[in-house]
Amino acid sequence: MAIAAPSNTSLATRLRRSLRRYPGLFFMPALLIASLATTVAIHPQFSDFDLQSLAMGALPLAFAAAAQTVVVISGGIDLSIGSAMAVANVLAASTMEKANFGQALLLAIAVLIVGAAIGALNGLIVVLSRIPDVVATLTTGFIWGGVALVILEKPGGGAPQEFLNLGTGTLFTTWLPNALVLLVIAVGVVWIPLRRSKLGLQLYAVGSDRIAAFRSGVNIDRTRFASYVFSGLFSAVGGLGLTMTTGIGAPLAGVYYTLSGLAAVVIGGVSLAGGRGGMLGPVMAAFVLTLIPTDLIFLNIDPNFGQVIQGTLIVVIVMIGAFVERNRK
Amino acid sequence: MTERAKTAFSRVIASVAGGGLVSLLRTRTIVVLILLLLAFVVGIDVARPGTVNALWVSNMMLFAAPLGIIAAGQTLVMLTGGIDLSVASVATASAYLMATHSGLGVMPAVLCGLGVGFAVGLINGIGIALLRVQPLVMTLGTGLMTEGMLVVYSQKKMAEAPRVPQFIQDLGAGKFLGGIPNDLVVWVPIAIVIIFVLWRTGYGRLLYAIGDNSEACSLAGIRVWRILLVNYIVCGLLAAAAGLIIVGGTNSAALSLAEVYLLPSVAAVIIGGTSIFGGRGGYSGTIVGALILTVLNSILTLLDVPESVRQILYGTIILLLAATYTRLTD
Repeated sequence: MAIAAPSNTSLATRLRRSLRRYPGLFFMPALLIASLATTVAIHPQFSDFDLQSLAMGALPLAFAAAAQTVVVISGGIDLSIGSAMAVANVLAASTMEKANFGQALLLAIAVLIVGAAIGALNGLIVVLSRIPDVVATLTTGFIWGGVALVILEKPGGGAPQEFLNLGTGTLFTTWLPNALVLLVIAVGVVWIPLRRSKLGLQLYAVGSDRIAAFRSGVNIDRTRFASYVFSGLFSAVGGLGLTMTTGIGAPLAGVYYTLSGLAAVVIGGVSLAGGRGGMLGPVMAAFVLTLIPTDLIFLNIDPNFGQVIQGTLIVVIVMIGAFVERNRK
Repeated sequence: MTERAKTAFSRVIASVAGGGLVSLLRTRTIVVLILLLLAFVVGIDVARPGTVNALWVSNMMLFAAPLGIIAAGQTLVMLTGGIDLSVASVATASAYLMATHSGLGVMPAVLCGLGVGFAVGLINGIGIALLRVQPLVMTLGTGLMTEGMLVVYSQKKMAEAPRVPQFIQDLGAGKFLGGIPNDLVVWVPIAIVIIFVLWRTGYGRLLYAIGDNSEACSLAGIRVWRILLVNYIVCGLLAAAAGLIIVGGTNSAALSLAEVYLLPSVAAVIIGGTSIFGGRGGYSGTIVGALILTVLNSILTLLDVPESVRQILYGTIILLLAATYTRLTD
């Protein structure tokens, strides 16, 4: 697959080519706009406050999706993301309770390091033990869940108001939630350089054809290990996001994010077979998945139908993907 | 049969004499698993003398049965190179639906429960076998759907509290003939049928063949989709049956009833020597795997550590077992 299109082709050709290559890339923005339009249509008094709560609700899920995306692109899967987020969440909430803003920021960096370490352990286990990644991360997820319970047995803890404000406040205008800014910065700072680096190319190469990548001199084990480190890092950011938006640490809150994050990845057009997809789709899908229960509440329908819709969406979108794939061949 | 047993026995002897322990592990993994199980049991008795007695053994069988039944479906699916992540939600939904329909009588209520397993299994099968969705995504999706529908349903049914019929309670918690758990009456026939089917019937051999190379199977004229469809339905039915036994044991249909069974159902199969990539393994290994995990649980209960530490230990031991196993057999 071409990573960069030749620069002398016209914009229209490039657009058409990438539309053919990654239909998901254009499908996702359309779906996001459609669901935003639906929300505004059924809830015409959609205000800056609604936008803020949407961004806050989507923040942890978007990071869970980002974490999963890196691993899935390199051909793996990480079922421990929710638990890793829970560890970061309770670690932050239990240590920051009496800290001031400066200390809280330092602690946040420490949490990020712990997250990367968790990811590194996942990666080591997957690479060295040769246990299939599904089973290995399902099990480590169970272990990290235990670790989160050790750190904080019951929901509690807290963080200084300025720190919470990073996730709940707004920037310049009330229509620009901090959560959105944080998301764009955090994902952009990590993903864009990664995507353009040698390692980024190797992630895609290993994901799309492991043997071909190996024969082109890519170190498979090191690349897969790196994907899990980034997954751990994004999970930790997601855990911090949970702390900011909920204000507390809850050892069991992360569980939901493993499966929903994976759902966002699948809906966002990242192929579980690896090697295909980007970061934009899953992050947008996280917003769509957050909008669904909100819309259901506006429509006076049980928001728990949201999970049903989520499950249906995953299946239907994957089916369409498989169908398109077969027709193209 | 005796001829077979003899050759199997002589092969074990030959491998011990010839290649030592490692080759024994490679060729007759089930023997090693049983030895490991015995080591766990001896370990318990050394740590807490007097723990291992007839009552303890009968309790272990009682607790292992639902896990063994869920893992049976998981084994069938994994032999074809798939995985079913919806088993825990199916078991919970089956138990809940049975409990809310117990007013209709035991048989209709049980059928309601099994109906959930059939329906979800059918949807899984259609998606995976006919529309070729990856099993992981498909079962993840149907698992989420089942769970969501269950929550919606439970809020509609708030008025009438779910009630577990006496028959189901007896099945999930009772014993007969001075200590044989009732749920073995369900598990043992299932185990015999599955072992026989995998070992002697065309359907069983096809599961291995599909797991090994499904492309080759379709080229050979096998209707792969039919086998897979039936397989996922069977897996759903087994998970539903296990859900009924679990709720019989706890006597309360909670919405998170069978959640804890997802990891063990996969782990029992892996520890039992079935490859997640398909084509290799069998149910007898899974049975021992389920027993090992149940005994492990009992050890952790005896240690009397907090839930968090217990979770960490349980996961770590599963990882160690699976890692040793994968290293040896690959």
